[in-house]
Amino acid sequence: MTAQDIHDKLKAAFGDAVQEAKLDAMQPWIRIAPNRTAEVCAWLHDQPEMKLDYLMCLSGMDYNNGKLGVVYHLSSIEHKHKIVLKTECPKDDPHVLTVSGVWGTANWHEREAYDMYGIIFDGHPDLRRLLMPDDWDGHPLRKDYKVQEFYHGMKVPY
Amino acid sequence: MIEAKTLPTNYVTKPGAIKSSSGKTLRTEEMIVNMGPQHPSTHGVLRLEIIIDGEIINDVIPHIGYLHRCFEKHAEHMTNYQQVIPYADRMDYCSAITNEWAFALAAERMLKIEVPERVEYIRVIMAELQRIASHLIAVGTYGIDAGAFTPFLYCFIDREKILDLFEMTCGARLLYNYVWIGGLSHDLPPKFVEQTKEFCTYFRPRIKMINDLLTYNEIFVKRTANVGVLPKDVAINYAASGPMLRGSGINWDLRRDDPYSVYDKLEWEPQIGKGEVGAVGDCWDRHIVRMREMEQSLNIIEQALAKLPEGNVQAALPKRIRPDKDAEVYVRTETPRGELGFYVVSDGTASPFRVKARGPAFVNLSVLPEISRGAMLADLVLIAGSVDIVLGEVDR
Repeated sequence: MTAQDIHDKLKAAFGDAVQEAKLDAMQPWIRIAPNRTAEVCAWLHDQPEMKLDYLMCLSGMDYNNGKLGVVYHLSSIEHKHKIVLKTECPKDDPHVLTVSGVWGTANWHEREAYDMYGIIFDGHPDLRRLLMPDDWDGHPLRKDYKVQEFYHGMKVPY
Repeated sequence: MIEAKTLPTNYVTKPGAIKSSSGKTLRTEEMIVNMGPQHPSTHGVLRLEIIIDGEIINDVIPHIGYLHRCFEKHAEHMTNYQQVIPYADRMDYCSAITNEWAFALAAERMLKIEVPERVEYIRVIMAELQRIASHLIAVGTYGIDAGAFTPFLYCFIDREKILDLFEMTCGARLLYNYVWIGGLSHDLPPKFVEQTKEFCTYFRPRIKMINDLLTYNEIFVKRTANVGVLPKDVAINYAASGPMLRGSGINWDLRRDDPYSVYDKLEWEPQIGKGEVGAVGDCWDRHIVRMREMEQSLNIIEQALAKLPEGNVQAALPKRIRPDKDAEVYVRTETPRGELGFYVVSDGTASPFRVKARGPAFVNLSVLPEISRGAMLADLVLIAGSVDIVLGEVDR
């Protein structure tokens, strides 16, 4: 199934949850609303002709324009087609609905995105920091991140 | 007898608790045991918080991040794309070539560069040698996990021969910085082809020897068969990859199913677990997949050596590497551990705007709690070993 087909079917099923798409890109992507990710992804996962059952990658993003984002790279083991989903949320109130109920692998990826970008995944079963210590200040991969000066009395910037 | 509901939650009897002779259930208490971060069988600095009931594992909570140095932030702060490659090397330090290849491939796809055919063949040869070296570590240390020390030494003797080949090519034994964007840092040295052929002839019988020593050893089979079974649907849902996915009986190999480089011109077969000694997807299946993949890698190397064309080892590159603004690409390659993906976004400058590394070990490790629940504590070492994690890549 081509990206165009996936986009058309998604548009027919969800209407305004599909915000934008760029289907002539090297890897075509579709932008969906951050509060609809779970239902859209569950639908893409379950539809027999889509069967996007393999979440290759989930990346947090800081677009450096006041917005954070999440990028989902999906593929299908059976049909071997791929699609990229994107979603954006404002930096001062970053909420995205979790997809960890759809793909188990999203659990750790979302924890990492929360850790690195501070994106809050609503409905996530266990949203803790993954790579940084629990009591670390700030989210390191944000473009405006300033490293804390001391951590437990140790000087941080070297 | 006290009502169970009046007790604090950790005293509530779990299913499968011991029954006394009178038929009444004896309450057992859950205990939390820490394995790691400094523990030989966690294969690095990994801490597992294990909740056990007697010797049965109720849950495992992995704590990672001890080796975290934020590769992704480093990558954003480099002054050009080429400088990221040594950092990519240091992610999965047991198979550095495949890491740098994945990143170089991402940059090449963004720039739409075609690399010379000789480069593609050399990359394939190097990556497959690296796969053998990496699987030798995996198999050797897995033997140690199961209590067999001798196979480890044999594995390391053979791995050393591969490292010698790498050393004569690029001077480094572990972290090569060999695959560059658009090409390679050096051409092959004069005797490389000859010596690699010799190695292939030498190594084929050694695989059988390691199989005899370890794989079909009765004790090893008893320890690994039917342990840590990863069912197909769970493997896909958790996006497991590499021997972890193929061990569960799914015929999926990116070299064939999402082909890159010249793998489609070579003949070989992806190896899958068939449950020969136990259930499909148990620890033994993951081990045998690695053993058989080494043989397939030898086939690939021999074919690639025979077909190796003459030519340049560096494509023509623009003076400064600057992909188009908003160009983005997700490239996935099959490393010894599975799918290594790089999601690279450009903002039109000479350094990447965003690099996300999707490490196979990171993703494979996230399925560990799923396959450990209900297992015996002593088996956890073998289950964790069969995932074949490299913490440098888990933590990045």
